Amino acid sequence: MALSTLEQQALAELDLVRQKPFRLVDHLGLVRWVSVFGAILLWEVFGRDVNPLFLSYPSAIARAAVQLVGAGQFTQQALNSLQVYFIGLAGALVVGIVLGLLMGRYRLAEYILDPFVYALDATPRVALIPILLLWFGLGAPAKIAVVFLSGVFPVLMNTFSGVRTVSSGLVEVGRAYGAGEGKIFTKIIMPASLPFIMAGVRLAVGRALIGIITAEMFAAVTGLGALLVRYSSALATDKFFVPVIFLALLGVILTRAVEYLEKRFAPWKETERAL
Amino acid sequence: MLEVRELSKVFFEDNDPRKPGLVALHNVSFSVRQNEFVCLLGPSGCGKTTLIRIIAGLIRADRGEILVENKRVVAPGRDRCMVFQQFGLLPWRTVLANVEFGLEIEGVPREERQAVARQYLELVGLNGFEKYYPHQISGGMQQRVGIARALSKKPDILLMDEPFGAVDAQTREQLQEELLKIWTKTKNTVIFVTHSIDESIYLSDRVIIMQARPGRIKEDVKIELPRPRWEGDVRADPRFAALRTHIRESLRC
Amino acid sequence: MAAHDEQIIADLGLRRESARSLYDYPNVIRALSVLCFLIAWEIYGRRVDPLLLTYPTAVVQAAFALITSGELRRQMADSLTTLALGFGASVILGVGLGLVMGRSRIASAALEPHINALYATPQVALTPLLMMWFGLGFTVKAVVIFLFAFFPILINTASGVRNVSASTIEVGRAYLASRTQILFKVVFPAAVPFIMAGIRVAIGRAIVGMVVAELFTAITGLGAMLTLYGNLFETAKMFVVVIVLGVLGVVLVRATQALERRMARWKETERAS
Ligand SMILES: Nc1ncnc2c1ncn2[C@@H]1O[C@H](COP(=O)(O)OP(=O)(O)O)[C@@H](O)[C@H]1O
Ligand SMILES: [Mg+2]
Repeated sequence: MALSTLEQQALAELDLVRQKPFRLVDHLGLVRWVSVFGAILLWEVFGRDVNPLFLSYPSAIARAAVQLVGAGQFTQQALNSLQVYFIGLAGALVVGIVLGLLMGRYRLAEYILDPFVYALDATPRVALIPILLLWFGLGAPAKIAVVFLSGVFPVLMNTFSGVRTVSSGLVEVGRAYGAGEGKIFTKIIMPASLPFIMAGVRLAVGRALIGIITAEMFAAVTGLGALLVRYSSALATDKFFVPVIFLALLGVILTRAVEYLEKRFAPWKETERAL
Repeated sequence: MLEVRELSKVFFEDNDPRKPGLVALHNVSFSVRQNEFVCLLGPSGCGKTTLIRIIAGLIRADRGEILVENKRVVAPGRDRCMVFQQFGLLPWRTVLANVEFGLEIEGVPREERQAVARQYLELVGLNGFEKYYPHQISGGMQQRVGIARALSKKPDILLMDEPFGAVDAQTREQLQEELLKIWTKTKNTVIFVTHSIDESIYLSDRVIIMQARPGRIKEDVKIELPRPRWEGDVRADPRFAALRTHIRESLRC
Repeated sequence: MAAHDEQIIADLGLRRESARSLYDYPNVIRALSVLCFLIAWEIYGRRVDPLLLTYPTAVVQAAFALITSGELRRQMADSLTTLALGFGASVILGVGLGLVMGRSRIASAALEPHINALYATPQVALTPLLMMWFGLGFTVKAVVIFLFAFFPILINTASGVRNVSASTIEVGRAYLASRTQILFKVVFPAAVPFIMAGIRVAIGRAIVGMVVAELFTAITGLGAMLTLYGNLFETAKMFVVVIVLGVLGVVLVRATQALERRMARWKETERAS
């Protein structure tokens, strides 16, 4: 906005902009960068002095990363994990959404299923890992089951509560315009609960990642979790950090991707919440 | 055209007829002629919404019946369409897609229904807003979308439940005038729910005054003010004032 | 008027004395559903390899055995002690550091990148390293629980403190409250609903952390029982532990929810007004 001459004059008279003293609060970006690079530098310097069996340091980790990726072994295990992860997650999404929709819309489905859903949702899923490994062996099926169980409940619960919070008003609009049960489902209930479903998916992505790592660590045969166990028992701390960092990045990327999809496909959510 | 016969409706707690109930409507009867504009007027809680939902076929009455052209109403139908108090727009659809909704449900092909939707958006003065989402436009504009959507189905009977209750006073008068102008073109039969005395007199041919606990009809008042009512200041007409006094008295006791 | 309504309802003949449908008894449907499942499981479980799949009556027997031998109680006490310690530490440190980060933009800028990085890392992945550092005993379990629970508390506290409106703080300043007084009499109480929400999320994660740590260290605690009986193919006993963990989860989450409602009671009224 342009300042009026009177305003300019007043500002000139007040002369507020003399020299401002240096204040740290005005340079938060600087603080952030100093903190990050300082920490990396300190880690590098002191990490070298610590027994490498206990703690590695950044340049060693970087070297290990290049070596592991070059050898192809890391990539292979990562692909193995990712494949299992996405199969399990896809199953969790399909089953979670379908059951959530059914339970939200039909009381019979709700009453039949909700004792099991609540019981399983309350049980820490990691506790099921030993049983699942016993049942399905140490290979992919057990891991898929773990990912599935970790991811299915957040999706199911959110879809369910989404369907429940679809205002009866909107369903009535559908009925007033002559929509039958099928059309009400596809044109009112499903789009209206989409923001909830997406929030469930965001949770599921993280939980499923924890699930698969735990299962792989426990089975210790294939996948990134198995690498973690192998490197740590070989006391190769530098290599150990490579899958850790990869998993952290993967977690961030997946969550961001879901957030992007949320914005893309549920842009009306903002106002919906305000109502 | 439309006949309501001895309609009664009871709401039971938890929808369970063993629990205490509330009589929302008791022995309500009236009839509406073709092309008539009728207002249902009454304090909140007197069963206006319940009555109009029963006429729309959204809920069933417990006793009595409703006849449209001598046929019993049991479910929503093409002959009736509803404009909702909170607009009832689908927040994930654009303005255009919201207006298309009714025709889409009927299975009208995309091209055709979009053309019709645009036509009705123009009628309510919203061309240029097709791509907006409901939350991006004002309450008054949202209700115009609601009206365009209802009109697009060319209903014989237009049901309106306090359609202007959620917009500010100035927009409200503007919308009332526009509604009358549109009505002279479309010539639907209109049943309009309101709790504003002035609104009911300004708009309608007849005001049906309702009373609460249990919901019932108190009085049926003919409004014989000349039309069109947007020319000149009808609200300043002495007959308007007399009607207002009369209706206010009737509502009070 | 209720009497009048009753009269009309009676005149219209709408009063009904018996239930209309099964839907009026949702718990009957639930009970039937669970019962059917248990019977099917019992029959199927006995026919298929009973070692691997087990069946409800075997689980009940196993529960009885574990309770009478005192093993379950002992391991549970062990688990709960570790949980209390690790979780207690995460609450104290999480709230403390959260208050600092919420109030100081410099501290926040300096710490946030590290915290975000650590929070993004699936904490399970760090367990092997922690076992190398802290051994297989009590310490490592408490540390894992701490790590699982710490971040939600920290992040919620910080954002709760940041959310305290400037006008609320100005009230304190206008009444000449000192910086510490503002922190403890204005900022902290205002942030309590956020903190409690963080604690509710954290308790669930703490239990997951506890199970994970015990699964891998496999020496004491409920999680260790899972590993142990898994190696022995005693599926029935594993189910007992899983059920105990489920109940524990429900009880602890319910307890924090109740606490949350109590401590954030004013929030409800504020929303209503
Ligand atoms: N679905 C319902 N369940 C229970 N009671 C209802 C329901 N709908 C309306 N009522 C009750 O019926 C009475 C009439 O309501 P309504 O028709 O909405 O009145 P109005 O629209 O005139 O304000 C009110 O006392 C209201 O509480
Ligand atoms: Mg109403």
